[in-house]
Amino acid sequence: MTAAAPLLEARDLVMRFGDVTAVGGVSMTVGEGELRCLIGPNGAGKSTFFKMLSGQLRPTSGAVALRGRSIVGLPASRIARLGVGVKTQTPSVFDGLTVMESVRIATDALLPPQLARRRADEALERMRIPHLAGATVGLLAHGQRQLVELAMVVAQAPDLILLDEPAAGMTGVEVDRLGDLIVELARSSSVIVVEHDMAFIRRIARTVTVFNRGQVLAEGPAAEVMADARVRDVYLGKDAA
Amino acid sequence: MTVSLRSALGFAAIAAAAFYALVVVPQGGDLTTMINGSIYASYAILALSLALIWGYGGVLSFGQAAFFGLAGYVYAVAGLNLGDTALAALIAVASAAAFAALLGYFMFWGRVSDVYLGVITLTVSLILYRFINQTAGEEWTIGAAPLGGFNGIPSTPIMTALGKPDETLMPEQIYALSVGALVVCYLICRLVIATRFGRAVVAIRENPVRAELLGYDTRFYKLGIFTLGGAIAGVGGVAFANSVFVSPTMFNLQTNGQVIIWVIVGGLGTLAGPVIGCFAMLSLSTWLGSLDGGGWTDPNLVMGVVLTFCVVALRKGLLPTALGLGERLFAVARERMGAPKLGEPRAAEDRP
Repeated sequence: MTAAAPLLEARDLVMRFGDVTAVGGVSMTVGEGELRCLIGPNGAGKSTFFKMLSGQLRPTSGAVALRGRSIVGLPASRIARLGVGVKTQTPSVFDGLTVMESVRIATDALLPPQLARRRADEALERMRIPHLAGATVGLLAHGQRQLVELAMVVAQAPDLILLDEPAAGMTGVEVDRLGDLIVELARSSSVIVVEHDMAFIRRIARTVTVFNRGQVLAEGPAAEVMADARVRDVYLGKDAA
Repeated sequence: MTVSLRSALGFAAIAAAAFYALVVVPQGGDLTTMINGSIYASYAILALSLALIWGYGGVLSFGQAAFFGLAGYVYAVAGLNLGDTALAALIAVASAAAFAALLGYFMFWGRVSDVYLGVITLTVSLILYRFINQTAGEEWTIGAAPLGGFNGIPSTPIMTALGKPDETLMPEQIYALSVGALVVCYLICRLVIATRFGRAVVAIRENPVRAELLGYDTRFYKLGIFTLGGAIAGVGGVAFANSVFVSPTMFNLQTNGQVIIWVIVGGLGTLAGPVIGCFAMLSLSTWLGSLDGGGWTDPNLVMGVVLTFCVVALRKGLLPTALGLGERLFAVARERMGAPKLGEPRAAEDRP
């Protein structure tokens, strides 16, 4: 581990499923405390890219390093313990448990009981859902389940947070709050967000990476990238140009 | 009803059941009652082991009787050779746990899916059944213990009093020991579920992918609960060996199927439910067998009807259904006592 190593460095990541190349050689570097947005049309390989970072998929080739340490081939649970938190595209929660029990599962994984309890309380406060602590997760609305999943991720205070479409299914007010929250999260962690909502991206992102057909099409400051003719072409459709 | 009240009531019910089984039943209990009671308790321990790994760990072992039978045979063979029955019992339970750990290692590290897990465990149990079934004859003798093939080992040693190898326990003592073992195993399960390990096991049952992403190596937790289930089934096997004697039926398809039925009828996701289901189904079966009702009281036929009824009408099983009913009555009673729901008129006073 060298002091100069960035938090996350992915190099030439390739993921093939049979004849289909979902991700065809993506490189990306994310620094400490960076807030990065990933955009791109459906099927561009964003979620597959996330799954390679989190250990859910083993890349066909390429390298992923966390602070200079290779994490390719490690089980997802090990990568989580190294400080990578993931919010999946559809809320992945514990339907049979209560909200508090779920968040305790998250904090218990890493912390001694007393601290785990406090951190769970804090996470619920942060998501503004302490009133749901005793509610069964399976009975909650979609947007609330998203918040429960986020609470579990945030409670572990990971160094790198991967958010796959966190705003999906949320109401306008919830989306606004979520935007504030993500900006706040980026003060203590690095965050990569996959989103489709352009207004949302403009609001939170400083750097945007555009995926298309499993490759990086463009990368740069949000305003610049969105003005890029190629990006407008593939992502917003030719009509928008 | 609050959780603590419910759990206190649960413990009171268990204590009452244990008191009834250990103090009331032996009073005037004849030999048949004692022996049947021991057999029921042994099977109930087996049901408890599946209740733990299936209901809480989400691991459906279709061959849970493999550990039950294995421990029984190890106990018989070790007991006949060593003479020390307490040591033999320990070795037997340890063997069942070790076998479960080995089998579990290959299944969980091989990422075998749920359906195949059921098939593998059942197959292992049936292989043991076939193997033991053909061990008749002189050549199948381990030290002083003839395996006996189809007939089992009628000379299975009965436990002796601790430190007194000549003092064989009486049937009522074996009964007390079996029921005691059931209570202890139940308490162990309750304790384990309440630990951090137990909560993680339940979370993994709920959503293994999420648990992995939060840093839990699900293989390790599944292996842990599966091994504990194997050990508990082993305790049941030793108790069974003392109640009757070991024979290949301990491993067979019927035994494996019955355990699953007890768990479903009693209530998957609870510990006491499957124990109740086991006692209820076995008592019913014994009673039916004593009747002379022609074909209509055939135990297998009636069991089939009961199972079908439970799956169709009592989908959650006996215990959860009863608890739900109790909770509703409790709520109605509270309302009548003058605690109306918010925004509702005090209906209780308007009625005669």
